[in-house]
Amino acid sequence: MSGKTERPFLEGWFAKDESGAHLVGSRCTSCGTFYFPREGRFCRNPACQGEQFEVVPLSQRGRLWSFTNACYQPPEPFIAPDPFVPFPIAAVELEREKMIVLGPVVEGVDVGALRVGMAMELVIATLSETPTERLLAWKWKPSA
Amino acid sequence: MSKDIAILGVGMHPWGKWGRSFIDYGVTAARAALKDAGVDWRAVQFVSGAATIRNGYPGQVAGATFAQALGWQGAQVNTSYAACASGSQALAAARSKILSGECELALVIGSDTTPKGFLAPAKGERPDDPDWVRFRLGITNPTYFALYARRRMALYGDSIDDFALVKIKNAGHGFENPNARYRKRFTAADIAASPMVADPLRLMDVCATSDGAAALIVSSLDYARRIGRGDAPRVAAISTVTPTFASANIEMPDIATDSAVAAPAHSFRAALPAKAYEEAGIGPSDVSLAEVYDLSTALELDWIEDLQLCARGEAAALLRSGATRVGGRLPVNASGGLACFGEAVPAQALAQVCELTWQLRGEAGARQVSGAKVGITANQGLFGHGSTVIVKR
Repeated sequence: MSGKTERPFLEGWFAKDESGAHLVGSRCTSCGTFYFPREGRFCRNPACQGEQFEVVPLSQRGRLWSFTNACYQPPEPFIAPDPFVPFPIAAVELEREKMIVLGPVVEGVDVGALRVGMAMELVIATLSETPTERLLAWKWKPSA
Repeated sequence: MSKDIAILGVGMHPWGKWGRSFIDYGVTAARAALKDAGVDWRAVQFVSGAATIRNGYPGQVAGATFAQALGWQGAQVNTSYAACASGSQALAAARSKILSGECELALVIGSDTTPKGFLAPAKGERPDDPDWVRFRLGITNPTYFALYARRRMALYGDSIDDFALVKIKNAGHGFENPNARYRKRFTAADIAASPMVADPLRLMDVCATSDGAAALIVSSLDYARRIGRGDAPRVAAISTVTPTFASANIEMPDIATDSAVAAPAHSFRAALPAKAYEEAGIGPSDVSLAEVYDLSTALELDWIEDLQLCARGEAAALLRSGATRVGGRLPVNASGGLACFGEAVPAQALAQVCELTWQLRGEAGARQVSGAKVGITANQGLFGHGSTVIVKR
């Protein structure tokens, strides 16, 4: 293997601990609204004046709300492999947070294997590679 | 007091990829609208331009640019930016000026020259920009359209054949429209043969980006009567509401919806026409035709339901019945829609109003909707911008 360095494509947006991979969100301590990406200043619920937030791990599992397959190479800043390989994208509904989060689907899952409503879980995987480094991102994967 | 204003004239520069300046297209559309209205440019008291962030100096897509090209004559000027709803906001600004008595006659104008291919974010490493984040992940505009389409298939049983039927219908309409960019009839086989862009949507399901321009000459009802145009179509409502927290749909360019734990989820698309119906005192059953933002074929079906023209989940059945074709009970995108125009962002919401105006005047030629009395538009763009306009005769 190459001596490539690994780093998250965005710092502090996702993490992995003993319980597994998760997105790093925040939660308004006044009204309980979750945020991803994190909100740390002003709650956007118009009925809430909250300005205090706690950083929270978001649910690792959810249900597939919808999905697609990216068949055309996206423009920059997407870093495409050469040749470009189509990849599925999932929208996953998190029950506790009552929110839908997008993300690429892990390599090796065909779009034909996806069904709306199926159980999905979050993993951290390679998003793209440059000659010197491997960029990591969250990805969705059908639950075992 | 009536809150209506009169549409005295409309004009467009045909949509296409012409390789010229947006100013050229805009002036062509403005001159056509002035001629259609039968008013002299020098009588126009207010120029309301629709903006986008593109083309050389980002600030050049502005009302004053068109006013200069038409010949500066001292009119008051305004520029509105609201992504795809820029044209409607520019129209709303003109309406406010007219209804407040500050002016009687206004030009509303939108024009654009678009780049080829996917609309892409600005360059550089900008992780604070949601557009940068989603493109880094490979999430393009068609990704969102495809997610909505797949969701319809799962919830309502819509099929890719239904989506193809939308394209076939709109292509048939646009074939008859001299301002449309794509004037070609399509068969189901043509669509099935086009490359997959974002499963389940193929290239022929997704709209292109185009050059184009649209302009309106609008006035107070008093002014219209004075020049013998008291019967001109009227703007009966303009809705440019923001979404209501929490968002029910995953909206471009976000990578997540709002969390709906503390407030119920609301559909933004459905909120836009609801406000317009309320403002106009007109209901969905009064609508003769609709021009909706078919960024994808499947999205047209969502809009039909958001406009309350049928119950949720029944738009594909309405389509299959032939009701949404010209000649049917409730034609949708009689102009050909974005399928035949491609998107010219600051011009598009005004182009929808141009089509309704021609239709309500009975001047739409082979695509004429017979007996059209009330038309409604719907569009949505980035960052919580969207609009609905109701035009009545």
